[in-house]
Amino acid sequence: MAGSIRRMRLAGLIRKEFLQIWRDPSSIAIAFVLPVVLLLLFGYGVSLDAKHVPVALVVEQPDSASESFIGAFRKLEYFAPVAFPGMPDAEEAMREGSVAAILHLRSDFGRAIHQPGGAAAQLIVNGVNANTARLISGYANGVWATWLQQYAAQHGVQVNLPVLVESRVWFNSELSSRNYLVPGLIAVIMTLIGALLTALVVSREWERGTMESLMATPVSMTEILLGKVIPYFVLGTGGMLLSVAMAVWLFAVPLRGSFVLLMIVASLFLLVALGMGLLISTVAKNQFVASQIALVVTFLPAFLLSGFIFEIASMPQVVQVITHIIPARYFVSLLQTLFMAGDIWAVIVPNALALAVMALFFMVMVRRVSRKRLD
Amino acid sequence: MTAITEHVAVLRGVEKSFMAGKRPAPALCRVDAVIRPGCVTGLIGPDGAGKTTLMRMLAGLIRPDAGSIAVLGRDMAVESQQVQQQLGYMPQRFGLYEDLSVQENLDLYADLQCVPHEARRERYAELMHMTGLAPFTGRLAGQLSGGMKQKLGLACTLVRSPSLLLLDEPTAGVDPVSRRELWEIVYRQVEEADMSVLCSTAYLDEAERCENLLLLHQGRLIGQGSPAEFSGRMQGRVWSVGLGGETRRGLQQRLVREASVLDALIQGESVRLVMHEGHAPADEAWSKDLQVQAVQPRFEDAFISLLGGVGAILPDAAQQMAQVHPGDGPVIEVKGLSRSFGKFMAVKGIDFHVRRGEVFGLLGANGAGKSTTFRMLCGLLPASSGSLTVAGVDLREAPASARGRIGYMSQRFSLYGTLSVRENLRFFSSAYGLSGKARGARIDWAFERFDLHDVADTASNDLSLGYKQRLAMAAALLHEPDILFLDEPTSGVDPLARREFWQRINMLAGQGVTVLVTTHFMEEAEYCDRLVIMAEGAILASGTPQQIKQSVAGSGKPSQSMEDAFIALIRREEV
Repeated sequence: MAGSIRRMRLAGLIRKEFLQIWRDPSSIAIAFVLPVVLLLLFGYGVSLDAKHVPVALVVEQPDSASESFIGAFRKLEYFAPVAFPGMPDAEEAMREGSVAAILHLRSDFGRAIHQPGGAAAQLIVNGVNANTARLISGYANGVWATWLQQYAAQHGVQVNLPVLVESRVWFNSELSSRNYLVPGLIAVIMTLIGALLTALVVSREWERGTMESLMATPVSMTEILLGKVIPYFVLGTGGMLLSVAMAVWLFAVPLRGSFVLLMIVASLFLLVALGMGLLISTVAKNQFVASQIALVVTFLPAFLLSGFIFEIASMPQVVQVITHIIPARYFVSLLQTLFMAGDIWAVIVPNALALAVMALFFMVMVRRVSRKRLD
Repeated sequence: MTAITEHVAVLRGVEKSFMAGKRPAPALCRVDAVIRPGCVTGLIGPDGAGKTTLMRMLAGLIRPDAGSIAVLGRDMAVESQQVQQQLGYMPQRFGLYEDLSVQENLDLYADLQCVPHEARRERYAELMHMTGLAPFTGRLAGQLSGGMKQKLGLACTLVRSPSLLLLDEPTAGVDPVSRRELWEIVYRQVEEADMSVLCSTAYLDEAERCENLLLLHQGRLIGQGSPAEFSGRMQGRVWSVGLGGETRRGLQQRLVREASVLDALIQGESVRLVMHEGHAPADEAWSKDLQVQAVQPRFEDAFISLLGGVGAILPDAAQQMAQVHPGDGPVIEVKGLSRSFGKFMAVKGIDFHVRRGEVFGLLGANGAGKSTTFRMLCGLLPASSGSLTVAGVDLREAPASARGRIGYMSQRFSLYGTLSVRENLRFFSSAYGLSGKARGARIDWAFERFDLHDVADTASNDLSLGYKQRLAMAAALLHEPDILFLDEPTSGVDPLARREFWQRINMLAGQGVTVLVTTHFMEEAEYCDRLVIMAEGAILASGTPQQIKQSVAGSGKPSQSMEDAFIALIRREEV
């Protein structure tokens, strides 16, 4: 009897929650529209790769050697070379920002290449965006080394080559930033649904006075909490499936690990996010404060400190330590591994364990802090 | 059975304080009370008396700091969940989900109260019939009128017929017709289902409908008994004074300043007088030429007496309104005024005029078009059609120059909550273009006249509603307007503060200020010189309070209340 009564109350609460989600455009927006917008933005708009970078070419004395080098340069999709008659013009273009680098071949280039001392090519890179600058100089060095080797072989000249690095890229062989941004984005989306949306809807009940009426009925606090956790867990899983589908079919991100495993770790993370959302709403009893806290405490860390965009290993020591309390950190690492590398248990086990501990911690905290009282 | 079960609720030495800033503010002090079964108990008290705290404690939502509470024979400290199965609690804001339909709200509360599915159909039909909501079951709760929301809230708490029904100010801000219907439903529950009811209210006329009353003031229980017991104590102290050639307002203001008079109220064509204990009008010199008649005391007289009455506000000698616009021509003239929002006609071609120095009332339920009319008069909202002249200026042509002559006090007082009283006054005076000595003088005047010295440095958010109202009125008067617009100035304010407020209004009118006021307190309509009653954007009746009452009653019952007249007018319109 007691069980069926409890089921009736819980079913009533869950039905109510789904009706509210269905009728409230802002819930739908956060759960479905926002993920799609974010995925499209990060999938198409944001790229951390260097592609078609405008580079000024200044060749003082065109000859066969410089011709050949420039040809090798033009073949690559990383650069979009533009020829300039002289250095002053190229420097002006650099100052205006219309080119990101200048490749300068002096008049003695064709001659010096056959001499024992070798030839020099000058590369000037706009260092304002340090990341792009590093990519450009890296690619340019690569082109230089490859061309030099080929040229030497063809012309039978002895060139003093430095040690050549034979590099091979694993897991993300196209070196496409989309392949790791899109999986990482799933963590951000789930944080939005689990923490932000949940904190908002609970604080809305406080704001509108409906929480007071709920509490005056014989429902238990556990039922009220489950009445929030279950619907938003379902919604979050829906958002997750949508994101995975878009990642795999729209952005062609490989999913090398097991889908079941992916859903299991996602569920763990969703529980953590829901726990944080509910905890926030026990402190913040109006929607404005709840959204502010949720953004600062859950969304921004998930964005900045999870390793989703910025590599954790290159953060200052102190910040690296802080990232250990950010749940999204573990989830991002799981996502990137499962998508691009596969079922690597050495990564999955510790990270999943960390999420499980956090989920348990937040759920227990929420239950202990929530009182069926107003004072 | 123990003695405890004879009462539905027993409170013993209940104390509670909340933190207000850094120091605890007591909400309830050693309250001992019982609630009797099978009847309606009224919880009466001014704003901030602790009514809601007491209600929430009985609903198990707040735990007392000290003392014990037993409800339905169970101790709330241990068995609150069992009690909640037999409890119906309607909080002040009804607790409805506005984005769920009427039916979905009912279903939710039926699930939460575990009403068996087989029993629902019959109970729903009964509730919907009783509340008149049957045609609206598919409508979203958010789209119901205030009165309908209140009835739906009640239906949700009654979905499983509770043993004890707790209603926290169920009628606040609801129109008189809906109020009356709510009381009919409540009384039917008491009679048919043998329910016990505790209902808090700020309307003193509703107290008369209760069988038992708990009177709360500043967290203390200052009286307990039936309305008759309360008013019985006032026997011989309440009198009605005929006008005898004086104006109603003049006589009221004269009498309220007498030391032996506790309270003086305008009522119809006479002034109702409550004397201090041991005084009778016949012994007083001022009663020589007046027609004084003893009348039956009401609960309200006892209430005011227990709370100590309102101090008289002395007339403002320094304040001499410049007589710039002499003559008795209308100060405000409205002809064929309409306003539509999309397809919805909020105001449907109304006409009225207000004379200089008049107190003019706009009465109506929520949604009748009062506030829309008001905003058009203040030049805040352009009219869709019709003409509108304020202080001789056509608002369609020169709204700005008319606005300088107008003082406006909006429904929610529009104060800056984090600014102190002094800062608010400084801000509003500069907003009205005052500066230098003139500004300083007006701010001093405001402190003096509205008695704000004690709270000069308090943030206006922390003021009681009565003080907020004073400050808002002071701010609206800083630039010495000759027309004052007051939009629901007394809603939610307790009876003492309301009396004080009307004294100030009367004084201003005496100085030649024209006052336009909207209200849903029907008894306040009596204080107006003339008024119009609005419903659904149109004027139902206009004239002096006496004329309106007579137009409804015919010649039969001249002494009926304004509320009866209002309800009769609305019902006549519906037919």
